[in-house]
Amino acid sequence: MTELDPRAREEAVTIFERSRDGRRAFVAPATDVPEVPVADLLPASQLRERPAALPEISEPELVRHYVTLSSKNFHLDEGFYPLGSCTMKHNPKLHERVAALPGNARLHPLQDPEYAQGALELMWRLQGALAEIAGLPHVSLQPSAGSQGELAGLLLTRAYHEDRGEQKTKVLTPDTAHGTNPATVTMAGYEVVKVGTAPDGGVDLGDLRAKATDEVACLMLTNPNTLGLFDRNIEEIARIVHDAGATLYYDGANLNAIMGIARPGDMGFDIVHYNLHKTFTQPHGGGGPGAGPIAVSDRIEPFLPSPQVLRRGGDNGAGRFVLDDDRPKSIGKLRGFQGNFGVFVRSYAYIRSLGADGLKDASQVAVLNANYLKARLAEPGIAEYLSIAFDRTCMHEFVLSGRGAKEKLGVRTLDIAKRMLDYGVHPPTVYFPLLVDEALMIEPTETETKERLDDFADIVRAILEEAAADPEILRDAPYTTPVRRLDEAAAAKRPVVRWHPPQV
Amino acid sequence: MAEASYPEDLKYHAEHDWARIDGDQATFGVTWYAQDALGEVVFFDPPKVGAQVAKDQAYAEVESVKAVSDVFAPLSGEVLEVNEALADSPEQINADPYGDGWLVKVRLSDQSEVDALLDVGAYKDLL
Repeated sequence: MTELDPRAREEAVTIFERSRDGRRAFVAPATDVPEVPVADLLPASQLRERPAALPEISEPELVRHYVTLSSKNFHLDEGFYPLGSCTMKHNPKLHERVAALPGNARLHPLQDPEYAQGALELMWRLQGALAEIAGLPHVSLQPSAGSQGELAGLLLTRAYHEDRGEQKTKVLTPDTAHGTNPATVTMAGYEVVKVGTAPDGGVDLGDLRAKATDEVACLMLTNPNTLGLFDRNIEEIARIVHDAGATLYYDGANLNAIMGIARPGDMGFDIVHYNLHKTFTQPHGGGGPGAGPIAVSDRIEPFLPSPQVLRRGGDNGAGRFVLDDDRPKSIGKLRGFQGNFGVFVRSYAYIRSLGADGLKDASQVAVLNANYLKARLAEPGIAEYLSIAFDRTCMHEFVLSGRGAKEKLGVRTLDIAKRMLDYGVHPPTVYFPLLVDEALMIEPTETETKERLDDFADIVRAILEEAAADPEILRDAPYTTPVRRLDEAAAAKRPVVRWHPPQV
Repeated sequence: MAEASYPEDLKYHAEHDWARIDGDQATFGVTWYAQDALGEVVFFDPPKVGAQVAKDQAYAEVESVKAVSDVFAPLSGEVLEVNEALADSPEQINADPYGDGWLVKVRLSDQSEVDALLDVGAYKDLL
């Protein structure tokens, strides 16, 4: 990028650096009622000593600043985004219109439930739909992300065991698990015990049997797992875990593969979390907002977070929707208010637009797309360098190993991923799961066309041809992005997360 | 260290650790393969001096730009010294895995365990 590139010049300018004293984006009209000094309204301890250092900027400059920033961001509306285990599917624009309706968007969280019946009904109906999809009867929408859903699941597990007078200290996670699983285990105060992977990519049953002692509270499992493989031994796994007196937790990150086809409740899971922002559409990937509702079996229900959205009174539309906090065994509140309501609206709109048949169709096409792309990437010219890690029919995603590219071309998976940015594609997930050398984890989703998948296969082939001709092309990539290759080690060791004004 | 290397004088463990035996003491570290697979190391979380480590059990953690990983003890014993320099420059684990990137020094509790470790040829066969 040259000095003349306007994006380069704009790169390091924050909104604070654009500030000039006295500029305003909005000027309030003169007050026509007597002014009351703020000091008369608030106690002295709550008053600032000096005004907050907010940026002072005109509206056009404000708009340009954020539009420029947004144009530097790669997003799903711009290009292919096959980020494994993240389900970057298209978010239908209809959902935005529904979520933006004033009754949805401007609802106040402190609204008396009696005057928010429509919102509560939507939440209650979403709970019902999610329960049906998971095959577990009781749902709480409270957790705000998959990670918080996981934490809720382990807090429920602890409450369940304590209610039975049991003390358990360990939680099992497979070595293919999402990193959030062991992190959740540690945060919930349990000890992580890793379970190995069998040659077919599923849970190593012998290792599971050896480790499923009476100290184990829970097994956290994703099915299909992070290799994109459905664990065919799931019923035996459930038996082993339940015989040990533990709960079986379903990480719903990969639920997009099985909607309407298989239900976690039928497989024997006790607790499930959903990533509404993945499976049930919501723009995501920038840190939120998300929603990670949970569904549980009857034996876990008494411990669900409080309050629960319930319908009381007659059917036929005569019932009233209430926030029930009379839950003596509840693990309590997980957050203020009820969750990210806009996510609920979008997900409910998605479920109702597609219906039961449509959701099943979505999962089937997600699996078909992944298997088609897997076959395209198994062609000569690609497979020698990026080989399938576990060669079985995959579900919604699959994992390639870049070991061949490393040994034969001298380029890393990271180099290949960075070069994809120059071709206008967001790279797949890299270096996960950890048991695959130089892993590349690809999830195309059901919303991509055959042409887009073919285009991606062609891009991968072209990048590998470039590497064979001159590996430096890849090692120095990307070339066309607002910033070039970042120093990830420095970012981890010396992160700068706050702008400080220059000392005057 | 750009090129793979596996010194002849070390003993190896299948979890990609090495031990340099010196009488009843040993120095532990991770192999070239391990640091290469981890990528740039950004943090080393050492055990305490005086801690007991057990063969095949995790005794420390390394964090790289990719992941946080356990480090496994090739032999059992008591930690005599940890490499304090790694607190400021954990990248030494990448740059010099058999030298300045050493992790801990241990007084061995059972020298017969050494017989179970791999020599360089057997370790390379695993890779």
